[in-house]
Amino acid sequence: MKIENKLEWIYETLNRIRFFEEAMLEQTYKGNSMGVTHPSDGQEAVPTGICAHLTEKDWIGSTHRGHGHCIAKGLETKKMMAEIMGKFTGNCKGKGGSMHIADFSKGMLGANAIVGASIPLAVGAALTAKYQGKEKDSIGVAFFGDGASSQGVLHESMNLASIWKLPVIFACENNQYAEATPAWYAVSIDDIADRAASYNIPGVIVDGMDVFAVYDAAEQAVKRAREGKGPTLLELKTYRYHGHFHADQPEKYRTSEEENSWKKRDCIINFEKRVIKQKLIDKKRLDAIKKKIQKEIEDAVEFGLSSPLPPEETLYEDVYVNYSNDLRGFR
Amino acid sequence: MFEEPDKIGPGKNVEGTEMRYRDAFNQALRDELNNDKNVLIIGEDISGGFDKKTKEPLDAWGGPFAATKGLVQDFGKDRIVDAPISEAGFVGAAIGAALTGLRPVVDLMYFDFTTVAFDQLLSNAAKSRYMFGGQTKVPLTLFARSGGGTGHAAQHSSAFYSILAHIPGLKVVTPSDPYSVKGLLSAAIRDDDPVFVVNDKKLINLKGFVPNETYQIPLGKGRYLSKGSDITLVGMSYTSVVCMEAAKELKKLNIYAEVIDLLSLSPLDEDIILESVQKTNRIVIVDEDNPRASMASEVAAIVSDKAFDYLDAPVKRVTAPHTPVPYSKGLEDAFLPNSQDVIGTVKVIMGA
Repeated sequence: MKIENKLEWIYETLNRIRFFEEAMLEQTYKGNSMGVTHPSDGQEAVPTGICAHLTEKDWIGSTHRGHGHCIAKGLETKKMMAEIMGKFTGNCKGKGGSMHIADFSKGMLGANAIVGASIPLAVGAALTAKYQGKEKDSIGVAFFGDGASSQGVLHESMNLASIWKLPVIFACENNQYAEATPAWYAVSIDDIADRAASYNIPGVIVDGMDVFAVYDAAEQAVKRAREGKGPTLLELKTYRYHGHFHADQPEKYRTSEEENSWKKRDCIINFEKRVIKQKLIDKKRLDAIKKKIQKEIEDAVEFGLSSPLPPEETLYEDVYVNYSNDLRGFR
Repeated sequence: MFEEPDKIGPGKNVEGTEMRYRDAFNQALRDELNNDKNVLIIGEDISGGFDKKTKEPLDAWGGPFAATKGLVQDFGKDRIVDAPISEAGFVGAAIGAALTGLRPVVDLMYFDFTTVAFDQLLSNAAKSRYMFGGQTKVPLTLFARSGGGTGHAAQHSSAFYSILAHIPGLKVVTPSDPYSVKGLLSAAIRDDDPVFVVNDKKLINLKGFVPNETYQIPLGKGRYLSKGSDITLVGMSYTSVVCMEAAKELKKLNIYAEVIDLLSLSPLDEDIILESVQKTNRIVIVDEDNPRASMASEVAAIVSDKAFDYLDAPVKRVTAPHTPVPYSKGLEDAFLPNSQDVIGTVKVIMGA
């Protein structure tokens, strides 16, 4: 699809992620989130540009920094906010929290808190699609970071997807840091995309701060997958504006010069400049969209705050589909 | 020795044949591949090599331990999916396939290789349903060969099924003969939760009667292999065979042992254990796993907690030592719990 037809959706999605992360952090600092949260603001162009090509029949696997992926895949922000607040109305009834948001009805296989562990799940979803002859309509996308690029399971997954010619995209969000450890230290090569060569699949370096560039690169990879030509590795170079998690102080391991150089390339600001300059959407319309999304996120926070907590008996529910022993421990 | 056949058994007047455990295993796979087109098998070497010219599978081996023999010819390579040596990758992919509508069955070859894929089993297979609030299920079956006695040494002989039984979200079954492996494997594949089917290598060529029809043994049910009034012997996997050997010898000494074959470790049939010990008042649990935090310890704790007043003697365990499995034959024999070990322990607590 031509990007012109998707521009409003893209702008909405970029803003939905940005506002969500900012509101989520505010709620976390207020003590309304029940645990650890990993904000993805700064990286919005990556899930947005990729998921612009996906439908609910496509599957994505995600990471501990997964709010952006969830939103771009169409998950409802109010349920996500409720989940982070540990509420019964959350996507996972308050059992998963920020690091395990999932919605199988939207093709979202779950955020995953073991670095790299969701990658083979997306490969498995692609295996299902190929097995059922549905590659055209259903592909898998594995989102992961520069940290996971050193995990064995990524390399196993790329090899499997290559020899089985599966419709899957390996989307490496290289945000330059695995927790506090820089990629220049932990990754053996300059460009993670080069690792694709070992698996006989295309490896593409993409400006992950530019949603237009992400959109174009993803279009090729999605096309290749849907046509049965196999997997692609995309390395999307990006940056997280906040620290590794809500209480992290990144200024202890990043310079302000570095942060500012990335923020100059902010995906939302540059999107606005470009569409106004090219007269694709006017400023008034952009402002209206922004306002709508801002209100949606305010409502999501309100929904989360006013939602009930999970009843205690749900502690024992959904461990199994069926199980004949009592699940309570001894006390 | 039987007063009457156990509820779990072929019953009377059923058509069937004597066959080896491995053949019953193969038959169950075949039955389930025929029963549901969403069933596929993934594992290393399961189509036994490929012809370089035609790229077609050869089935030279019939898969590890011949479990998948002939399947690739009959069901094709899309359903019998030969995998490279990357357990974490293909177990993870199988979980992803299970989450999206298939019923994958994974051959992990040796039980020890489970640990290579352990993160995927523990963090994804076992936890997905719970941490995602019940919105999904993981209908995945895994199987692998456990146990010592075949000279495979420390890294090909483990029987640490207790580690798997410890995990909420996983089910673990330990068939002990051709009849039970056919029924439990079939039940595992049809079950909507992830199930690990542990196959002891010493059972692979064991023969027994197997009905021709397809049948399922309910997960979480144990069975009586013999009835007796003097002592309860609890076995699982190959130690059920050990318990029966011991029971036959004990009968010559006028000690009548009741043998329980657990068949399923998670869920666990606590009722059959308590029912038996309330009658016999004595119990010995026989386990080839290492003793710390083991199934033997678990059963002992259950009996101590729930049947303490019925006990006439301490709960006893006969287990492997707290060591890896050694290679040299004499050492390996000493590692494995055998019927003489069981008889010796029984004699001690019977005061015989």
